[in-house]
Amino acid sequence: MSFAPPTRLLRSATFRLTLVYAALFCTSAAVLLGFVWWATAGVLSQQVDETILADIKGLAEQYERRGTPGVAAIISERVRRDPGGRTVYLLTDPLRRRLVGNLSSWPSVQPDTDGGMTFERVDRGSIDGRPHLARARPFVLQGGLNLLVGREVRELEQTRRMILNAVIWGILITAALALAGGVAMSRSTARRIEAINETSRDIMSGDLSRRIPVRGTADEFDQLAANLNGMLDRIQHLMEGLWHVSDNSAHDLRTPLTRLRNRLEGLRDDEPASGRRDALEAAVGEADGLLSVFGALLRIAQIEAGGRRENFADVALRDIAADVSELYEPVADEKGLTLTVDMARAGNVAGDRDLLFQALANLVDNAIKYTPAGGTVAISVDAASLTVADSGPGIPAADRDAVFDRFHRLEASRNQPGSGLGLSLVRAVAQLHDGAVQLEDNAPGLRATLSLGS
Amino acid sequence: MRILVIEDDADVAAYIVKALREAGHVATHADNGKDGLFLATTETFDALVVDRMLPGPDGLTVIRTLRASDDMTPALILSALGEVDDRVKGLKAGGDDYLVKPFAAAELLARLEALTRRAGGSAQAETALRVGDLEMDLLSRSVTRGGTPIDLQPREFALLEFLIRNAGNVVTRTMLLENVWDYHFDPQTNVIDVHVSRLRQKIDRDFDTPLIHTVRGAGYVLRAPDPAS
Repeated sequence: MSFAPPTRLLRSATFRLTLVYAALFCTSAAVLLGFVWWATAGVLSQQVDETILADIKGLAEQYERRGTPGVAAIISERVRRDPGGRTVYLLTDPLRRRLVGNLSSWPSVQPDTDGGMTFERVDRGSIDGRPHLARARPFVLQGGLNLLVGREVRELEQTRRMILNAVIWGILITAALALAGGVAMSRSTARRIEAINETSRDIMSGDLSRRIPVRGTADEFDQLAANLNGMLDRIQHLMEGLWHVSDNSAHDLRTPLTRLRNRLEGLRDDEPASGRRDALEAAVGEADGLLSVFGALLRIAQIEAGGRRENFADVALRDIAADVSELYEPVADEKGLTLTVDMARAGNVAGDRDLLFQALANLVDNAIKYTPAGGTVAISVDAASLTVADSGPGIPAADRDAVFDRFHRLEASRNQPGSGLGLSLVRAVAQLHDGAVQLEDNAPGLRATLSLGS
Repeated sequence: MRILVIEDDADVAAYIVKALREAGHVATHADNGKDGLFLATTETFDALVVDRMLPGPDGLTVIRTLRASDDMTPALILSALGEVDDRVKGLKAGGDDYLVKPFAAAELLARLEALTRRAGGSAQAETALRVGDLEMDLLSRSVTRGGTPIDLQPREFALLEFLIRNAGNVVTRTMLLENVWDYHFDPQTNVIDVHVSRLRQKIDRDFDTPLIHTVRGAGYVLRAPDPAS
């Protein structure tokens, strides 16, 4: 299994669908993890703030009860019991000069909106290159003294950072997993759809025996495949019926026609040279004409039914063009026409040599038939197309589609011999080769291009 | 020649048998695959004419069975199906030629002649062909008539070679297309006639006795002039 190229992957409906799901999934994960971050980190900060508030409340009560010396004694005692300095205490006079505490000076930061202050403890240096972060709340005691109570929040910050990292990585990993899963899922779905498409293409190009593979899991894809296969069975059945009828009518109708023709021929041979003999000769000719029209019709029907590609081989368009031009050169010469052939860019195609020859011969035959003496018929060959351009009267733009219909003959050409099947056959051959026939104005004349699939 | 005709359509069979007998051949008829196969294996024939669709084993099966038992009697397949792949199937089954109904008696006779000639032909390569005072050197690819060199285009040479190899027998326009141009197709117009008439100009124009003759309703024949005339 080859990987789909990126542009095709982006165009794939299933991949786009999984991208949308991946985006939704990532957003949900981000919201969820964001909530976890807010809940954990936020609650931790809140707890610190509550501890500080409770501490301040206790000290304020002590101040009311025991005055400045009492509070100073409590602070000194607490600082002494915390040599690691996890707690922050500072008591200053109204001019913020230090009275007691483990902070050398009042921090030079403004309090937050909620009254808290977060600052770096410059007096304690740093650990692992990171400054000591502290969070504290100022409180003005009744005597105008300033009290600052806080806690170092280095560990809290670390925890918050860890949670944040976890949240970011979580989102990234979720996104990567969602994307990878989406690609894998869309590939698997795309593969199954591609199997259906591939089979359809084969069938459209004529191989009606192809069927969509069924996995046997009885899922929606299997049901779809089974339904399509059932439909194809039905179509094949009908087509085979049609072929059967056409083959049989070839046998059933051409045989009595042949019989009629042969009896006329027998009568002709028994007749001594006379006017009757000529009349019988003409009747044989008419029967031959009828049979050849019937044969051409069947031939077109069989080519149009497609699937008859057993004889496809590598065909050099140069050879086809050279042989057709060689075959028709004397006819063109006899009619006073110049037949040219340009094979400079001739390529090879996979095709049926006899049918391509017949198609080009029909186009050249038409061109020679309708181009008046002194004109030119030019065959040119490209990589995958054969073009016949003439200097005849051309075909009016309005009639260019209709001329491909069976038995269609333009008013102007009714006096010319022909069955009106030549271009129908050319189109059938073109379609068998995944190609088309295009009629254009050659100004003057007609330019017919038989393009063959790539 | 002894020819076995295996054909289920009584009228077509009668037409073929009549044409063969009028041309001096001995024709035996079987109207189904089983009888045909029995006759083909128990008697000796110079050629077989086998219809593709037959009651009993079909035409292709008959030929395949014969070929499997090393019976290489030349076989011409008749069919109402004219498609190229049917032709290929027929030839793959061991048929030597394929003729689409309807056909003229002359076409069938000409093809049978060509088939048996091919089957009886010597294996060694010829280097020169000769009919009357017309000589063809296959090595130098040159043609002379009565000692006078005749300049031919490659296709004209191939056309003349086919006519000489079938000298005395009628060759039809479709036989020429198949053997000289190597295409199986249905020419809408008289393209082949124009080629033959050009060749005829070069071969016959400056000489008293024509070699290439038109056979009305059939095709052409290249024939050495009758010594009596």
